[in-house]
Amino acid sequence: MQTTLAQIKRGERAVITDVSSAHIPLKLLEMGCLPGNFVELVQAAPFSDPMYLNINGTYLAIRKETAIHIIIDIVP
Amino acid sequence: MSKQINVALIGNPNTGKTSVFNALTGLNQKVGNYPGITVEKKEGVCKLPRGVKAHILDLPGTYSLNASSLDENVVIELLLNKNDKNFPDVAVVVSDVEHLKRNLLLFTQIKDLEIPAILVINMSDRMAYKGISLDVAYLEKMLKTKIALVSTRKKQGVEELKELIANYRELSMEPCLNASEIDPEYFDGLRKAFPGQLLYKLWLVITQDVNFGKTDRNEIDPVADFKTKSKSELKRLQQKETIRRYQFINDTLKVGQTIDLNAAKDLSIKLDRILTHKVWGYVVFAILLLLMFQAIFSWSEPFMNVIDDAFASLSDVVSGLLPEGKLNDLISQGIVPGIGGVVIFVPQIAMLFLFIAILEETGYMSRVVFLMDKTMRRFGLSGKSVVPLISGNACAIPAIMATRNIENWKERLITILVTPLSVCSARLPVYTILISLIVPETKIFGLINSQALALLGMYVLGIVLAIGAAIILNKIIKMKGKSYFVVEMPTYKLPLLKNVAYTVLEKTKAFVINAGKIILAVSIILWFLATHGGKTFSNAETIIDERATALNLSEHERDTELASFQLENSYIGMMGKAIEPVIKPLGYDWKIGIAIITSFAAREVFVGTLATIYSVENAEDEGTIRSRMASATFAGTGEKVFTVATGVSLLLFYAIALQCAATVAIVRKETNSWKWPLIQLIGLGVMAYLFALIGFSIFK
Repeated sequence: MQTTLAQIKRGERAVITDVSSAHIPLKLLEMGCLPGNFVELVQAAPFSDPMYLNINGTYLAIRKETAIHIIIDIVP
Repeated sequence: MSKQINVALIGNPNTGKTSVFNALTGLNQKVGNYPGITVEKKEGVCKLPRGVKAHILDLPGTYSLNASSLDENVVIELLLNKNDKNFPDVAVVVSDVEHLKRNLLLFTQIKDLEIPAILVINMSDRMAYKGISLDVAYLEKMLKTKIALVSTRKKQGVEELKELIANYRELSMEPCLNASEIDPEYFDGLRKAFPGQLLYKLWLVITQDVNFGKTDRNEIDPVADFKTKSKSELKRLQQKETIRRYQFINDTLKVGQTIDLNAAKDLSIKLDRILTHKVWGYVVFAILLLLMFQAIFSWSEPFMNVIDDAFASLSDVVSGLLPEGKLNDLISQGIVPGIGGVVIFVPQIAMLFLFIAILEETGYMSRVVFLMDKTMRRFGLSGKSVVPLISGNACAIPAIMATRNIENWKERLITILVTPLSVCSARLPVYTILISLIVPETKIFGLINSQALALLGMYVLGIVLAIGAAIILNKIIKMKGKSYFVVEMPTYKLPLLKNVAYTVLEKTKAFVINAGKIILAVSIILWFLATHGGKTFSNAETIIDERATALNLSEHERDTELASFQLENSYIGMMGKAIEPVIKPLGYDWKIGIAIITSFAAREVFVGTLATIYSVENAEDEGTIRSRMASATFAGTGEKVFTVATGVSLLLFYAIALQCAATVAIVRKETNSWKWPLIQLIGLGVMAYLFALIGFSIFK
């Protein structure tokens, strides 16, 4: 199922399919947020913002406003 | 003496780079700044086998060679400049065994610069725990390097690393992949336009301008035209480059690294179920904060008492040794208590730095950033503002430097502007003495010390003012900036005692030395200004003698009269008198005026200044500064100067006003303009005056 990273729920595993380079800082890409890499939600702060993620084995937090620019495919 | 080997330690944040640095250099290290900027520069000397010495430079942590901050830029500037005296003969790239994939990105970039590089895989003691096994020989072959498996915690691999550094000439300088294949046409053009230049270096210079715009490109001139690319095209190309590098790394690690997920344990994730929980996360954070303040105020008390007594006896000893006179007063009543007034806060500052260092070392600080981001954003701040605001309780200077990792410029600017409202340690001497004058010491509910409660109130006031100011600034400042927020959540680690101890030692030392220098200078200038003056000052003796004869004063009365007459007509007295009309509505006399003038250099000077002033005026009074202040009266009326109203007014003034030359200087550096420090200085000054005025009127 194709959606944005902002929609991911805990327990779901997803693969990044596309990142909009205009809205995503290079730093995030360098940390492994690239098409083909897996992603999962570790913990969400109140109002699901920011999001604490595991991207390709790197644990990091980003804001929801960034997450909406990352397209993912949720693996059933 | 043979030439030292220049070694640069490079690595991602949270890879334990500093631990490796400490393991290599031990105590042979010094911390300074890079010229012109406030990025911390750590360097040290390491003895290698066979009597060779290495100069080790610990570069700021960075995820790649594409800088997005001043700290990261230092790394690139150095690696691009072969003429820099610190240009490394060999780069030691520190990676962390758990995040090898991400760490290797930077490694492949450094290899592309054709600098000999050693790969340190740190925290190798965690391999079994994480179910990781490595084919070191294969990795060395693919990455064209030598690998040192190091565990600073278990003290393993450091000798092997030293051996590798000593033999750095044997390292390959070949890149491990060809990054230019992401756009062969473009890179061909580049090669033709700048012959003789390293291609990857050119690429970094070009993209650096896009990201950061500071790299000096003077040394590179094109000999032929080549088609330049737009910013967005370059950014896309950088993205392609990153993907290309990850492809190579993934392929390499597929063979060179096996991870048995069944054997892997993930304590961090389990801990984070609680520590970043929507409810429990905040509860834990609140408890930690309370514990921190408890530590600062209770646990450091015995140490402070010892220091207090030591300086009091030092004053007596000095006073007894030197011949009586003005110089004796300067040293025993001005300088010694002035310095003592700073040193006494060392236990508290050390305790605060200790807490912050532990929170940083364990990785907990990132969780605080995560927890607080949403809340802080409502005030126009960022989750990352929490760290500066907490550190601001020790000193605004490292706190303002700590705002660097806030990606959004507006959020960063607001954080910089409000951080000086955090109750820094320089305010403590002022608060302590004022509170002891206006709040009677009693036990509330037979338990809580009323003066301690008042001090806690000042901390709460600091937080409220900072948030209030942030809300207002957020409304006023119009700025559209890219809002990036990326924070790595490192795995939890037990803090290394050595690292924590170094941090606490360094920061505390810097505070004492800086504050000490200012106090010493201000005391001497002040003393000079207080003992010299215009014509009336030189004729003081004649004038007072006439008056004494007319009024039939005793010799003692005559001396007292002379001293205060001289102070009043000295240069500093004239300055105090000049601003008296402005500060009169706040309940201050000209002596407090002098203290306010001098404490624009640094707040803690307030106490020392009053000490100097009262000792110049009344050298025979052997009491403490506090008792002298308590007995001070307004000239003429005989009313007490330090009433509750004046005290409250002064507390408010010192809570808000930006009386710290060092902070102004650092804000100037960090914002790269005089505009913001001036706005901050004037804004906080006006606010301080108004609050003090209101406070005085209420309590009068």
